[in-house]
Parts: sequence; C-alpha cells; structure tokens
Amino acid sequence: MNGRPEQFSAQPNELLVERLRDGLGLTGTKVGCDTGQCGSCVVRLDGRSVKSCLVLTASAAGSEVATIEGVTTPGGELTGLQEALRQEHGTQCGFCTPGMVMALGELVDTTAGGEAPTEPEIREWLTGNLCRCTGYHSVVRGVQRACAAARAEEPAALAESGAVAASTAAGQEV
Amino acid sequence: MTAVTGDAPAVGGGVLGQPLDSREDPQLLRGEATYVADIDLPGTAHMAILGSPVAHAKILSIETKAAEQLPGVLKVATAADFTDVMPLPCIWIPGGVESHFPPHPYGLPGARPVLTGDTVRHVGDPIAVVVAETPRQATAALAAIAVEYEPLPVVTRADEALAEGAPQLHEAVPGNLNAYWTCGDKDRTDAAIAEAEVTVELDLVNQRTINSPIEPRGAVGDFNAATGEYTLYASTQGPHNHRFLLSALVLGIPFNKLRVIAPTVGGSFGTKGYLYPDMALVLLLSKALGRPVKWVDTRTGLMNSTVQGRDHRQHVTLAGTRDGRITAVRATSYANLGAYPSTIGPGVATALMGRSISGMYDIGAAFCEVYAAFTNTVSLGAQRGSGRAEAAFLMERLVDRYASEIGMDPAAVRRKNLVPKEKFPYDNGLGWTYDSGNYELNFDRAIELSGYADMPARKAEARTRGKRLGVGLATYVAICGVGPSTRMSQEGMLGGTWESANIRVHPTGEVTVTVGSASTGQSHGTVFAMVAADELGIDPDTIQVLEGDTQKAPYGQGTYGSRSYSMAAPAVALTARKIKSKLLKAGAVFLGVPEEKVVYEGGKVCEEGNPENAKTFAELAMSMWYGWGLPPEIEPALDETTHFDPPDFNYPFGTHVAVVEIDELTGETEVVAYTAVDDAGNIGNPKIVHGQIEGSIVHGLGQALMEAAEYDENGLLVSYDLNHYALPRAADVPFFALDKTVTPSPHNPLGAKGAGEIATVPPAAAVVNAVVDALSDLGVQHIDMPLTPEKVWRRLRGESQ
Repeated sequence: MNGRPEQFSAQPNELLVERLRDGLGLTGTKVGCDTGQCGSCVVRLDGRSVKSCLVLTASAAGSEVATIEGVTTPGGELTGLQEALRQEHGTQCGFCTPGMVMALGELVDTTAGGEAPTEPEIREWLTGNLCRCTGYHSVVRGVQRACAAARAEEPAALAESGAVAASTAAGQEV
Repeated sequence: MTAVTGDAPAVGGGVLGQPLDSREDPQLLRGEATYVADIDLPGTAHMAILGSPVAHAKILSIETKAAEQLPGVLKVATAADFTDVMPLPCIWIPGGVESHFPPHPYGLPGARPVLTGDTVRHVGDPIAVVVAETPRQATAALAAIAVEYEPLPVVTRADEALAEGAPQLHEAVPGNLNAYWTCGDKDRTDAAIAEAEVTVELDLVNQRTINSPIEPRGAVGDFNAATGEYTLYASTQGPHNHRFLLSALVLGIPFNKLRVIAPTVGGSFGTKGYLYPDMALVLLLSKALGRPVKWVDTRTGLMNSTVQGRDHRQHVTLAGTRDGRITAVRATSYANLGAYPSTIGPGVATALMGRSISGMYDIGAAFCEVYAAFTNTVSLGAQRGSGRAEAAFLMERLVDRYASEIGMDPAAVRRKNLVPKEKFPYDNGLGWTYDSGNYELNFDRAIELSGYADMPARKAEARTRGKRLGVGLATYVAICGVGPSTRMSQEGMLGGTWESANIRVHPTGEVTVTVGSASTGQSHGTVFAMVAADELGIDPDTIQVLEGDTQKAPYGQGTYGSRSYSMAAPAVALTARKIKSKLLKAGAVFLGVPEEKVVYEGGKVCEEGNPENAKTFAELAMSMWYGWGLPPEIEPALDETTHFDPPDFNYPFGTHVAVVEIDELTGETEVVAYTAVDDAGNIGNPKIVHGQIEGSIVHGLGQALMEAAEYDENGLLVSYDLNHYALPRAADVPFFALDKTVTPSPHNPLGAKGAGEIATVPPAAAVVNAVVDALSDLGVQHIDMPLTPEKVWRRLRGESQ
C-alpha cells in the first residue's frame, strides 16, 4: 500500500474503496456514484488504474496499491502531472481530482517513452472519469502540458521511464 | 481569452484581473481537502434514510421492531419521533401568490416535515431513519422496516397535474396549483400579436434534469450536551443561511446554539443551498444518542432526493414584421415543482424564468404566465443557470423559427433586434432593468470569431462526408448578483440577500479576510485575497481567506446565482477601503502631517510630495496594534466589516455559436465547434472564470444532447443512477473558442457581473438551433431535448416528433 506492507483480514464482500477510506483512513480516494461510473475512486493496482469501488479487497491481496496519498507527501512538492494541472487550473471543486490524477498518471507514465498522446486519445482515456465543474478542457490541457514537460526535460531520463512504460504496457496486455 | 473592451475603466492597479493560479488547487490535487464524507469525529454513529419506494401512497403502518433488533442498530426513528419539530420552510414564494401550506410558526410557509408520516408523494420521500454503528449496518437495517402502503394515483407532469380529475397531492392545494404567476403586459402583448404581420408558435419541453455534483450531499450532526450547542457539518453552499433556517425556524433552538460548517464542497450548481430533512435529522439524532451522527448520501439517494432542475412545458408565441423586427413575445409555461415546494423552488420556476424571456432584444411587448404545479416527482430547485436557461431556450428557439418563417438569416434577425447601447439602463418590460450592456459589440465578436460567414461552404463540405452540418446561435441576458434585499422581498423572497466581509489586519501585517459566502469550487480563497490585495496594495500571499464556518465568518447569504464575485467581493473591496481610510487618518498622526497631506500608495501611507516620509502597511499594522499616540477619535487595531446590499442586480450577457455535425447513418450529433463570447463585466481572475465558462458550456450541452430525469407512469425515477442518467464525458466535447467583452456593472464598486453559471444559459438553445438548422431541408422545425441519436435518426427518416 503506497510502498508499505499492510496486513489485515477483510470480509469477502468488502470493497477496496471501503478498506482504503474506512479501514486505512486514506480519504483522498472518493466515492461519487457507487456504480463504477464516475471514477472518483480510481487507484492504481500494480500500476494500472482501476475503480476501487469495483474491486473486492480480497482480490487485491498481494498486489501493489497506489492511492493519491502515495503520489506526494503531505503538503509536499507536486508531481509533473499535478503541477501541469495546477497551471491549467484543471480542478474546481476537486472531488473528482484524485481519481483523475491516478488515471491520468497511468497515461502519462505509459506514454512517456513514446509519442505524446493526441487530444482525442487524452479525451478517450478520461472517459472513465466524470467531472461536472471543468468541462474537462483544463484537464486535457494539463495532460498535454505534462506530456510536453516530460519530453522537454531531462532527455537522458526518458529512456529509463520508457523502460518502465514498456513493462507496464506489457503488463496491460497480459 | 482576449478582451474586447466596451467602455471599461481599469480596476485597481495590481493583481486584480490577472490569471493567478488558484491557491486551492495544490491540496485538491494531493487529495488532502476534507469533504463531509471524510469527517470522522470520535464516536460517530451512522445514519441511513428509508425513502419511499412508491410515488404516491397513504402509509397505513410502519413496523420498526425487527430493524431495532439488528446488530449495531442504535435507533430507528419515524415521523412520530419528531412531532415537535417544525416543518422545513419555503422562503421564496413568488410575488402576489399566497402559500397554500399551513403557516410556519415564524410566519413562513411550511413546505415539508423532516420525515413523512401519513402520505408519501414521491419515490425517495423520507419515511424513517436508522442510526447504527457502521454505515453498512444502518443500510442493512432499512430492509427490515416494514411499511404498509395504500397506493394512490400518480401524476408526474405539470400540465396533467392541473387537468380536471388529476390525482391530488396536498389537501390544502386544490387542483395542485401552487402558483399562477405573471409578468409583463398581457393586453399590449396580445394586441401586438393580433396585429402582427407574422407570428410563429412553438410547443417546447424543457426537460427535467439532475444537477449531479460528483460529491453527493452529506451531513454530520454533533450535539454537545455540556454546552447545549449543536454543530452541523454539511455540504452546503450557504452555511449562514442553513444556520438561520435550521436553528430557530426548524429545530426551535436559539440562533447562537447552532454552528454550521461547510468543509470543502464537491460541486453544487445550486442544489446544495436547499434545506433538506437530513440536515435536521443528524442534529436531532445526535442529541438523542449523545454521539455525533453522520449521513452520506448514495448516488441513487441523491437522484431521488436532491432538488432537480428545469422542467417546463411551454407554449410560446413570437410576433414580428416581414423584415425582421420582433414586436412581441408571449409564453405560457407549466412548471413542475415536484411533490413539495423546495426552499426557493417556486421562485426559480417563476420570476427567475419569466422576467428573462426577452433576452438581449428590444421588444415592445412581452408577457409570461407560469402555472406552477405539484406532481409526484422530486422537488424542483435551482440548477446551474436556473430559470435564465429556460428563458433563453424559449426565446432563442422562437427567434430561429421566426427567421425561418420570414426567410431571413438568424444572425441578421438577432442583430436587428438587440437592445442598443444608448438605451441602458434598459427596462425590459418584464420586471428587470438591465444595468449596462454593449450587445452589438458582443454579438459581432461572436459572429466573427465563429467564422459564421464560412458556414455555407462548411455545410457543403460536410455533406461529402455523410454529415449534415448545422450552425446555431443563442444570445442571453442572465440576472445575477442576487440582490438588493428590498427588491427580492418584492419578488417574494422571505430573507435578506445582502453579502458581507470582514478584514482583520494582524499586528505583523498579515491579513485575514472572512466572508459570508462559501465556495463550492470557485477558488474563493484566491479571488477574495486578490481583491483585498488590490485595494490595499499588498502581496496577496500575505492574505488568508476564511469562509464556510458560521463561528468564524461574518453573516452572509452564501453562494448562489453567480453572486460571490459581484456581491461578496465588493464587500471585501469596500471593507478594504474602510481600512485604508482609517490608515490615512492614523498615518497622518504617525507621520506628523495634516490628514489632507497624506496619500495611500503601493501599500504605504506617505506624505504628499515627500515619499521618504512614509510608513509601510506592516509598520502601520504594528502601530495600530500598539495604539500608542492615537487621538481619541481613532480606535486602535484594524478590524472592519461591511454588509453590501447593491442598488440592483447585475446583468451579464453573451452570444454563443454551436456548430454540429449529424451523422446521416446513425443520427448521432457531434458538437464540432463551439464559440462563446460572454460579458461578465470586470473579471477578478480570468483563469478561474475561464474554467467556469468551459464547465458551464459542457453542462448546457449535456441538457441539449443527453441528460434527462425520466419518470415512468408509476412515478418511478428510471434515470436513478449514473448508468441510467447520461453526463457529458471528456470525449463528448471539443475545445471551445472563448472570448469576452467587458461592460462593467454600475451596481458594485468592482464593476463586476455574475460569471460562474452564465455560460450554462445559452448552449442548449444554440445546439438545438444548430440541429434544426442541419435538418431544416427536411421540414424539421423543432426537436425536443435531449437530442439522442435515435430521436434525430427518426427525424432523418421523416418521422414526426
């Protein structure tokens, strides 16, 4: 869990989002719709973004779970994606934001070594996350900015993140 | 976004008007903001609400014993447990209309009880509550409550509810008619229509929609037995208003015994300003159990209990000359108030809609009548752009219908009828007096920016790809900045509508601004700091902004009707001017020069013509804290408050252009380009307003293309969750072309007009106009929203509506 081992027993019907919020106090992950539509509860399970309201806690045993709390330290420096979203004001009420950061983090990570995602690709990636405030434009611009920044900066590091992306992409195919 | 300036004077000299980053964003991006569901007080018990599964029935019996025996259950309560609790009041009864409900003890009309004991009137009508150790235990126990119902006939449409023999909802309201409300001049309008060269008519359905903030509502009640004080944490856009309504008017407790705190609120769009039973219930049950009680709604619960929006069925008529001069508009509207009058629902359905129908046009005669009826549906309330969006829709559909009838370009008809600049302030004949406007400039900019002249060529090109391209225009005027309290009282509002701000300057020169408003995602902390910084000439980073806690903030009415920047921000500016004025007086003493010889510049008080003899803001703050050497007429310390009640509303406006492509094979409508030129007067932070405009347009597109609250013949809400209620997603919209004109309002010291929701007003009309344009050669004159692919596909194949 965010890089730390957690040991507990869970009821068979317990949802991962319940464990995160009620059991572990990780309230950055939100519940907005109960039916897997809104994406406010997105976390990353072994690198892939998933809706934690559709995952049974028990089925996540042995996996690496990353939540918004693991992305930055409290009050700490923002990641490149978060910083880009801040610059584009890709948030208003902020309720859907953690889920978006988790979902879009996967997009930015997996494309870091190759072509930057196109606008339609970013919009398609975002269809699992509902936002009622922003109309998504500032979020899309934020991702574009984050991808551009990832490519312009530290060209030497790109190969490395490309390797990470390649392994994640391979994991996706499986 | 570049500004086309009408006649705008510059505001301030510093940060105001700059696209500063939102200071709220970092904590939102880190997931660190606290929403109601994240509040975890020690010893909290959890509440679940049993809503009626049927739309209309008498309750014969309620059996709770089995539920009480279940594990973890602490209490099951029904209406019988709350007989001494006053009903929730309705505070906006449109002018001239009497309430039919038993009067509230404080003279207000009672709207609904906290729990329903005798007759349920909509699916979701709250009947009982369970409090248990865990949320799951509370929810599980709901199933063990046995309720015996005697079904009653159901009606879900306003026009049908008014028909003879319709099911009756309230004994006190014969014929289900809450209000017959009119505005404008009926005789003059009827005469103009009778004499007109051309008249056109439309029957319109402005479908019911659900606002759907992504955060469902929630409430935590905490009663302190030692002090007798109650604290309510709630997802509210008006903590002071909820405190006012709940304390003396519902719970019967002294005003100063209730503290209301709005934590971070996850969107609202109007819905979270209303008084709901759950807010009272968590407080009452916390007192009964001696523990904090928490309730967080589900999505389905939200859809069956939180106020819904729009819902008018209208017959509308426009009259004009053969050469495109509009001479009259008349509207008859059947508004669906739902099962109970919500806190301000009746006013939304009448005044907010009816007085706006003539839009940006200079029309000689206008009249609107509204029949506001009760039905077996969720209560009606505000929805982003409420009332004004419905008005713009009917007028802008009519203008296109008229243009088509006389064979004139829709843009040319609009241009010809705009209220000319020299006519402001302009009395629209329906009850509003527009403050300022430069409509021609705004309209021309939108036409130019959208490439309107190129549309014929684009249409021809689209046909080669199997697409029908259509272009739709819509203009609007939105009443915002509610409002002058006296004017609103004439409108039937039973409450004040002023706004307030306090500025406290600390000895070290840092500043705290507190406002009565409350953000639901509008970056108030950033913008109010900018206003104070601009006035005081200091760094905005030294200014803290507090709001949302009634114990910390001065009184205020909250965030609604796009009023925070044109109501609360002026209160901040005026308070800062009080601070400056005091600093000038005190500064003269400290500098040893006469008062008329000192000036306030760049955050300093200095001697005129001798800038060396000066004291900085921080130095003055410390001197005022000590208070040494002040004459008796100057009090020490710097702490000022302003209550701002404007002379009148403000009236933002704008022009939107939608370009759609319809797939000939599937009937799917794609918005391929969208241009919006809005005028919200002087803007405080364009980055933040830009985001609000983008979001607002998508909200409006949602109504046009996909959103609908659908009730079946039994009154069951079919669109009860987000699998059944479509919201726009990122791939449903393109980037927009946005621009603005700037026409300051004379009604506040910032020249501001409302901005937050204004761009939700025209998109539905623009899109429907565009789709009708694309299908006009098939003889299509109107299609009801939402424009689903199936509906359009049938029209493409010649089926009638």
